[in-house]
Amino acid sequence: MAAPLTLLLIVAVTIRAALFRSSLAELIAERVEVVSPITAWKRVVEGLALLDLGVSPYSGDVFHETPLIIYMFHFLVDYAEITFMVSLNKNIILKHFVVEFRKQKFALEADRYPMDSLELIRSPKEMYYIPLKVAMFYLLNPFTILSCVAKSTCGLNNAVLALFFLSTIKGNVLLSAIFLCLATYQSIYPITLCAPAMLYFMQRQYIPVNFRRVSFWWFIVQYLFMYLGSLFVLICLSFFLLGSWDYLPSVYGFILSVPDLTPNIGLFWYFFAEMFEHFRLFFLCVFQINVFFYTIPLSIKLKEHPVFLMFMQLAVISIFKSYPTVGDVALYLAFLPVWSHLHRFLRNIFLVSCVLLACSVLFPVLWHLWIYAGSANSNFYYAITLLFNVAQILLVSDYFYAFLRREHHLTNGLYLKRKDGSEATLILK
Amino acid sequence: MGLLSDPNRRRALISMLTRLNAPICVVCYFAGVAWFMGLAFEPFTLRTYMSENAMGSTMVEERFPAGERALATGREFAAHKKKVGGMPVDWLVKNMQDRGLEVFTQSFSRTLPFPDENKERYIVKGTNVYGILRAPRAPRTEALVLSAPCSPGDSNNQAVGLLLGLAQYFRNQIYWAKDIIFLVNEHDLIGMQAWLEGYHHTNTTGMSWSPLQGRGGSIQAALSLELSSDVITSLDLVLEGLNGQLPNLDLANLFYAFCQKIGVLCTIQGKLQRNDWDSVSGYSHAVQTMMLMVMKQASGRPWGDHGLFLRYHIEAATIKGVNSFRQYKTDATTIGRLLEGMYRKLNNLLERLHQSYFFYLMPSLSHFVSIGYYMPAFGLLAVILLLRQSSPGVLSVLTPLVISHLTGVALYALPIRFQETAVEHFPVSETEAVVLTAIAIYTAGLALPHNTHRLLSGEGTEQGWRVLKLIAVLYLAVLLGCTALINFSLGFILALTLVPLAAFVTPHVPKVLSAFILVILSPACTLLFSVFFFQELQEMPVSFQDGWLLYLSVISQGILDHSLYGSLVYPLIALLVYPCWLLFWNILFWK
Repeated sequence: MAAPLTLLLIVAVTIRAALFRSSLAELIAERVEVVSPITAWKRVVEGLALLDLGVSPYSGDVFHETPLIIYMFHFLVDYAEITFMVSLNKNIILKHFVVEFRKQKFALEADRYPMDSLELIRSPKEMYYIPLKVAMFYLLNPFTILSCVAKSTCGLNNAVLALFFLSTIKGNVLLSAIFLCLATYQSIYPITLCAPAMLYFMQRQYIPVNFRRVSFWWFIVQYLFMYLGSLFVLICLSFFLLGSWDYLPSVYGFILSVPDLTPNIGLFWYFFAEMFEHFRLFFLCVFQINVFFYTIPLSIKLKEHPVFLMFMQLAVISIFKSYPTVGDVALYLAFLPVWSHLHRFLRNIFLVSCVLLACSVLFPVLWHLWIYAGSANSNFYYAITLLFNVAQILLVSDYFYAFLRREHHLTNGLYLKRKDGSEATLILK
Repeated sequence: MGLLSDPNRRRALISMLTRLNAPICVVCYFAGVAWFMGLAFEPFTLRTYMSENAMGSTMVEERFPAGERALATGREFAAHKKKVGGMPVDWLVKNMQDRGLEVFTQSFSRTLPFPDENKERYIVKGTNVYGILRAPRAPRTEALVLSAPCSPGDSNNQAVGLLLGLAQYFRNQIYWAKDIIFLVNEHDLIGMQAWLEGYHHTNTTGMSWSPLQGRGGSIQAALSLELSSDVITSLDLVLEGLNGQLPNLDLANLFYAFCQKIGVLCTIQGKLQRNDWDSVSGYSHAVQTMMLMVMKQASGRPWGDHGLFLRYHIEAATIKGVNSFRQYKTDATTIGRLLEGMYRKLNNLLERLHQSYFFYLMPSLSHFVSIGYYMPAFGLLAVILLLRQSSPGVLSVLTPLVISHLTGVALYALPIRFQETAVEHFPVSETEAVVLTAIAIYTAGLALPHNTHRLLSGEGTEQGWRVLKLIAVLYLAVLLGCTALINFSLGFILALTLVPLAAFVTPHVPKVLSAFILVILSPACTLLFSVFFFQELQEMPVSFQDGWLLYLSVISQGILDHSLYGSLVYPLIALLVYPCWLLFWNILFWK
């Protein structure tokens, strides 16, 4: 396992190094699909320059990163490329470990199911190659390569999320809370990952998920205390680093109130560009609630499968956040091999992959036609954005369907029979 | 989403598609071709109309008087040009200054990657001269451009003369709201590229030019004038620009409206409009005109000096004066009045031309076909590719993909790199070396399947070719779709030849016949046939020898265009279309 992984790492680093040195690097760093106003490297450099001049980096509404990032880059700005590549590799190693620990769960469940569904359970031999596939899906994904070459800070966000996953799966409650807090501190949306994390720990510690039990509430209080405590520490630390509170509206106010309407691959920009001022607050609330809303139903449905819930939450965040980029998409796409046993139940995977591929190619074409040739307009670009997001939603819902169907088969047997013995088909109404 | 989630309905649809796959594909192909040919039939087209409100009705009388004086200036220009042996910069500067313009010059130089045999140049050095007429009472925020090329020999002298005559006349008027820039560019497109790059502070092609000392505002529209005779019988409008980009249709409508008003014969693609659209010869005339436009757009070359303005979002067209054998001759004063009228209307523009279409085909100057009408023809061809996809599999066919793309990269990069080596070893000139290297690499790609199969013995499996075909068909579909969005004609012509072979190639068809058909339908042969077809359409058919030489010169021009102006046709064919075709070649010879 180590040798192919090392080879993969070397190939990935070579590709990125070659692209860093070529003339494509500036081109990629300007593409709106790859960088957003929150994650662009150009803005980090601007913030650093303002900091060196002694002015608050948040004046001028260009810089929207958190103070910790700016101080980190203050020391690492000359080694920026290496930093991004290191975070990338860390990402991979973490995912590698995450997957290894998932194997244990399957071993526990094998004896609970009827005989003919045993073929649905994966053997350890099949699962041997999953970490390598996850690594390959992440390292060689063109989205990740583009994101890394553009030096978007999305890579760092992904690294923190991967650390969060690792510490959750390993069972370390404190570290999990701290990394989740870091991820939330960077962009607000990972707060929804609290629910799957708590569910996972409760499952590990055999605390039943029951509203009337004291142990349930006690654990929630403990986790939230650690989480909120670290968040409080981080926010106060940021205050002391820069000496003022004006990072709060610049970072969190910016993410929540979406003032910058530069086109990206998300759903917010076009809608708010055409919105009348009177209704803006209402629709802003609607759109933001949309990101957080799916937590509760998904948690209720998937309370016994917190790891899948984490994947679904991550996907929902990547699709519906206010400034998504392809780096966010690549993060949850990298986890797809973990659920490769669901492939036999997926129904639309071919259509979805064709649409995603076609949309990725059409993004730069329609951007060129809109901005440079002047023959198209924003509607064309938004059409492709919509199609891209619809394809992503279809992908996520397809995996959800496949997961539920597999669970159904595990409890009811693989070959369903009607009462008279003929073969039955399962239809989702 | 019943279709996506109901397995019974899905199964019925899929079984119908599998049973009737081949007939549906054939029907779609012929429907696409028939739709395309039907576009030229007049009842299916729309009459052109002026969309921009600001250029609506202005009942103004054009009063340009000085046609004869303009011709005399043109003769002076010719004499000075012959004396200096190039562009008479000092005479032009003095002349423009005398007429009250602010005159500036720009010098530029460029070494071509290999010598251009058509125009016989290798190291190009020149000077552009331009004069700015400042708008008397308006802020200097917008500009219009009138340009005439300084061509070697006897051509375009009258154009420069008329330009200077118009400059003097315009200088005395008070109604100008935009600055007018009168540009005389040397070495046609290269000079124009240098001027545009200097004006917009970009440097995309590696030319070295001196910065512009004087500037107007942002250019709203541009016209390029080509006039080589004292009297003309008709005016020809040239619209096709770099990478097949077309100006806004309103510019063509403006030209047509003024030709009607003043009473000058106007043509497009050199062909006069006919009234008998319901006869066979009338229809074939319209088809010829449209096919000429399709071929010119597909070539991706700018067909006049205006072609380079379009990339900067400036609507531009070239007006050519044609002197042929007709009774009624138009003199220079009338042409001057026509240009004066057009510029007065462009002067009224409040914003850039955007109301009318940017994507259209013109079977004649008064009729057009918009993108909504011609895209279904392409869609019918593309749907064949989507129908021919089979079930998905595992990605185990990386090797043919990688090797095809490496060959494509070789076809793109090697001809220019190895021209010196080729010239040392073979008795050919540099241009011939580049073109023949390109053809050699192209033909060498045909031998690939045999070589790769010898190298990798365990490659051939029954499933392998299906997966490769799936990937190749998807790749071709996405590629053709994106090409058709940017340059419809190129996308349609490529689709016409590549889609049938994509749909029907398998390792099980008769090898020799299919290999022959594959080669006939490959991009290089399509280009060869297009060259002959283009000459036929222009009613100047060539013999096979001349046609072959023309074909070689077309390839060298394509490579030069990419390196001089950033044309996308050569990289598209070498890096994307040719590897796709090689994948199908690989499938045919799959063991």
